[in-house]
Amino acid sequence: MIRVEGLCKAFGDTQILDGVTLDVSTGESCVIIGGSGTGKSVLLKCILGLVRPDAGAVLLDGKTFTREGREAFLNRFGMLFQGAALFDSLPIWENVAFRLLRGPLRRPRSEAREIAIEKLRRVGLSPDIADLYPAELSGGMQKRAGLARAIAADPEILFFDEPTTGLDPIMAGVINDLIRGIVSEMGVTALTITHDMGSVRAIADRVALLHAGTMRWRGTVAEMDATADPYVTQFIQGRADGPISALR
Amino acid sequence: MSHLAQLGAAVLSLLAGTGRVVLFLLAGLHALARPPFYLRECRQALLNIGYFSLPVVGLTAFFTGAALALQIYEGGARFNAQSVVPSIVAIAIVRELGPVLGGLMVAARVASSIAAEIGTMRVTEQIDALVTLSTDPMRYLVAPRLLAAVIAVPALVAVGDAIGIMGGWLVGTSRLGVPSAAYLQATLDFLETGDVLSGLVKGAVFGLIVALMGCYHGMNSGRGAQGVGRATKSAVVSSAILVLAANYLMTEVFFSP
Repeated sequence: MIRVEGLCKAFGDTQILDGVTLDVSTGESCVIIGGSGTGKSVLLKCILGLVRPDAGAVLLDGKTFTREGREAFLNRFGMLFQGAALFDSLPIWENVAFRLLRGPLRRPRSEAREIAIEKLRRVGLSPDIADLYPAELSGGMQKRAGLARAIAADPEILFFDEPTTGLDPIMAGVINDLIRGIVSEMGVTALTITHDMGSVRAIADRVALLHAGTMRWRGTVAEMDATADPYVTQFIQGRADGPISALR
Repeated sequence: MSHLAQLGAAVLSLLAGTGRVVLFLLAGLHALARPPFYLRECRQALLNIGYFSLPVVGLTAFFTGAALALQIYEGGARFNAQSVVPSIVAIAIVRELGPVLGGLMVAARVASSIAAEIGTMRVTEQIDALVTLSTDPMRYLVAPRLLAAVIAVPALVAVGDAIGIMGGWLVGTSRLGVPSAAYLQATLDFLETGDVLSGLVKGAVFGLIVALMGCYHGMNSGRGAQGVGRATKSAVVSSAILVLAANYLMTEVFFSP
């Protein structure tokens, strides 16, 4: 469904992505792991068109992304940002129902609010918080509200950018379970970037390790646990010594 | 040679920056002309830029009109021209001080607020989130603010003109002994429609400049609190300078002999 071919991106003299190739099949949950600063977020932003790659292509359903194609893609798409990225000026329910209040998926306000509250319930948030503003919520609640926004329009594709960063282990577990549940229940294609191995084991059907601008390794979670690849073993064991330099 | 190279680099940087601002303005106007239109955002921007700027613009105009009346009376006394106080206060406020001081106060209040708000949205990925929600940030954030500023600032200037003249009238009648009716009659006799219209046109241009600078610097904000702070400062400084420069150019166009 999503294919990335030879994606390259440099910022100044620093080559961030150096020919990244990746396939994510329909209904699959793919998790990209890699150390901080290895270009995981840049890869995600290149796929979304938020950052223009220097070379390479992104294909959706076998077709290259055009401007019109990107708009069609975004209409089928939802994303949970690292910091939730809720709009400060809108109450929570309007954040969740953002897509339902404007554009081609527009619904009447009362209906959009009902859907927003249902989605908030789905991620374990009480309807009481619907009229609060993002600044009035804790980090974990903001993440869940962000997740509710991502699924509000029943997307076919979901991206998760560091979904558990900054959360305590219990809340991280809650978010991981929610993501796994939503991905399975909705049958969506999911692409997650993280360096949290708890998330990898909870969310992933397939894992890819991004290192030095290329996809160093790919496989299932079981293959990841069994592999002798020194990059993968160093990463999942969290060792400072190994082929991945601790100084970046 | 190095000084020459530095000068060249500065000129090139200025030209490139000007080009980027012009392209940003064109993108903003293009967004303004094409649906979808975000009316709620326009209404909110009108409130923020227009209604909530009324106190600061009104107070500025009032005290400027009052001080101007005293100054003109005192200065005019040197050649027995105290009687020109009402007409000079009116013309100075309507043609020049109302729009310029109004524009500068709006630049301080609104450009900073727009740049800080959009800059914070940039660094917290809210603008990226807008894109992923199929919403064009130029249409959702920039176009409503440009439109609202072009509408609201002339209205603010008109209100500021009236309050400024009232400030002069209050000082003229209470401190300088000018009869109220005579003061108002002199004001009306000397003011022309062109004086008022030129001030309103200036207000619209200043509004465009202020919103443009706020949006441009906010959208191009650097990372973190320092980036947002720098964007806010740049928005205020550039909009204030451009307001003054545009004022001179428009004064040349409207009133050059």
